[in-house]
Amino acid sequence: MEPSLAIVVGILVGGGAYLMMSANLIRFLFGLTLVSNAVNLAIFTAGRMTYGAPSLVPPGGKTVAEGAANALPQALILTAIVIGFGLLAFTLSLVLRAYVTFGTANSAEIREAEPMPEGRRDDSGKG
Amino acid sequence: MLLAAPILLPLATAILCFLLRRYRFHRILSQLSALALIVLGIVILLEAIEGPVTAQMGGWAAPFGITLAGDVLSGIMVTITGLAAFTALTYATVEVDTATEQLGFHALAQSMVGGVCGAFLTGDLFNLYVWFEVMLISSFGLLVIGGGRAQIDGAVKYVALNLVGTLAFLSGVGLLYGTAGTLNMADLGVKLAGRMDETAVLGAAGLLMFAFAAKAALFPVFFWLPASYHTPAFATSALFSALLTKVGVYALLRVFTLVFEVDNPVVSGALIGAAAITIALGALGAAAQDDIRRVFSFHIVSQIGVMTLGLALATPLALAGAVFYFLHHIPAMMGMFLLGGIVAREAGSERLDRIGGLWSAGPWLGVLFLIPMLSLIGIPPLSGFWAKFFMIRASFEDGAFLLGGLILVASLLTFLYLGRVFVAAFWQPYPGPAEEAPAATAPPLQLLLPVMVLAGVTLAISFQAGTLFDLAALSATQLGDSAPYVSQVLRQQP
Repeated sequence: MEPSLAIVVGILVGGGAYLMMSANLIRFLFGLTLVSNAVNLAIFTAGRMTYGAPSLVPPGGKTVAEGAANALPQALILTAIVIGFGLLAFTLSLVLRAYVTFGTANSAEIREAEPMPEGRRDDSGKG
Repeated sequence: MLLAAPILLPLATAILCFLLRRYRFHRILSQLSALALIVLGIVILLEAIEGPVTAQMGGWAAPFGITLAGDVLSGIMVTITGLAAFTALTYATVEVDTATEQLGFHALAQSMVGGVCGAFLTGDLFNLYVWFEVMLISSFGLLVIGGGRAQIDGAVKYVALNLVGTLAFLSGVGLLYGTAGTLNMADLGVKLAGRMDETAVLGAAGLLMFAFAAKAALFPVFFWLPASYHTPAFATSALFSALLTKVGVYALLRVFTLVFEVDNPVVSGALIGAAAITIALGALGAAAQDDIRRVFSFHIVSQIGVMTLGLALATPLALAGAVFYFLHHIPAMMGMFLLGGIVAREAGSERLDRIGGLWSAGPWLGVLFLIPMLSLIGIPPLSGFWAKFFMIRASFEDGAFLLGGLILVASLLTFLYLGRVFVAAFWQPYPGPAEEAPAATAPPLQLLLPVMVLAGVTLAISFQAGTLFDLAALSATQLGDSAPYVSQVLRQQP
């Protein structure tokens, strides 16, 4: 199970990294989402795979059964998914705002904060 | 409870400030909370001088529950965080307009402070990730609030690189959990002892180093800082300059002394290389800028390199020097940013070729400007001289003459570019029409008070350098020998 998941993680990171190289902010965001899912899968795999052994305490017992799934990585991933979702929502709205403000989603063309030396405009009086 | 207080207080204040954001007095609440944070930091510091203090959250014993741990370094950092928050938020009461305040400026600033304190006090790696996120998402908000065009642009670059760093952090955490089966930093230190050469451990160390380097603005992942720090309000820039990059360096210091072994040749080689290039590029970048805050931003990058060098050399003196550097750098750099704000306000621009004539308008402002400036350059007897002296001495004692020489050359460049800002603002005649020249009016007290407090702190650090160096040395001892910290955490009952 682990090797196949490792390959999936590798493919996701590869695809994500490819998309993140793009100057287009939307592509960058999609790449980021892919990599972030890959990382979650990697944490899941790091907790070792078990099949058909949920991490539940049997009736009358005090600990989970021997060989049960590790619940901690799932808790970590849950936290990471929630945080990642919040960050993604914020970043999407930021990119939308950038697109509306500058009329482009190409990060190379957005040079408001760091203007090129020639033909600079004064940006000290930010509105 | 003591250790949770510096986290709960700002977060509770953030909620209150958000609910009361339509009432003007919420800013006073925010300032008072920052003052209380200074007190809490000092209490933790005094307790930690005897030895690290720890607490377990939620009734679970270490290493299963989340550990909070405070040592001398955490105490120092929480205290400075309180000082930074108080001065920046006081400055913001005048600078940040009511409309922006009503959007929740103070709530965002307080939740960022809460996240920063959480990062300083946690003893758990995944919890550190969570506090990083709390800090990041609040800083995203602070960066775009008010929404100028340049702010949006700066935020896009800041957010993009920080998200990549975050993912590297998370995958490093996953890799470590798969290798050691624990995320408690003390427990990780025990389980990973002597295993630095394993591929998984070294890989995790690399991922975490990349993540912390991105937060700290080290080469090659520093460019988000000069792209964004000059865009928001000056109070926000100052708060960022004090806290965000320092959390990155703090995380490097903590994780690479407690969890990993920094004397591994791969690790120390990477750190020394990154630190040296950062020092050089930061100083050269600052010399090439002609905008007040962009000069300061590149200066931060250069100084982050010096602090990281302290960790990379890893001798007791170098670690103590790095901690002393925090103490020196945060108040001086904040003072510089806030004074830059006053200069821009009086002269009407941040561009070096559009300001001037401030000396004739009021030489006292120039004198105030000189205190953090000379300190950052490293002129004796100011705090920066001592900070650089310890670091250069540590490099020389380690036989790293080139690195010590690099700090000296960077200081010379600092003299050049900060001097250029001073000359442009104060001695250069005002370039615009004479009727727009800065008049001899005093800025409001809310702007001057934080600057004077920070200048006073810089002077106090300068003249109490011996006492504070002893404190930094104690903190370096605690970092260098993690055994008391580990045993304190692992025998802790809930």
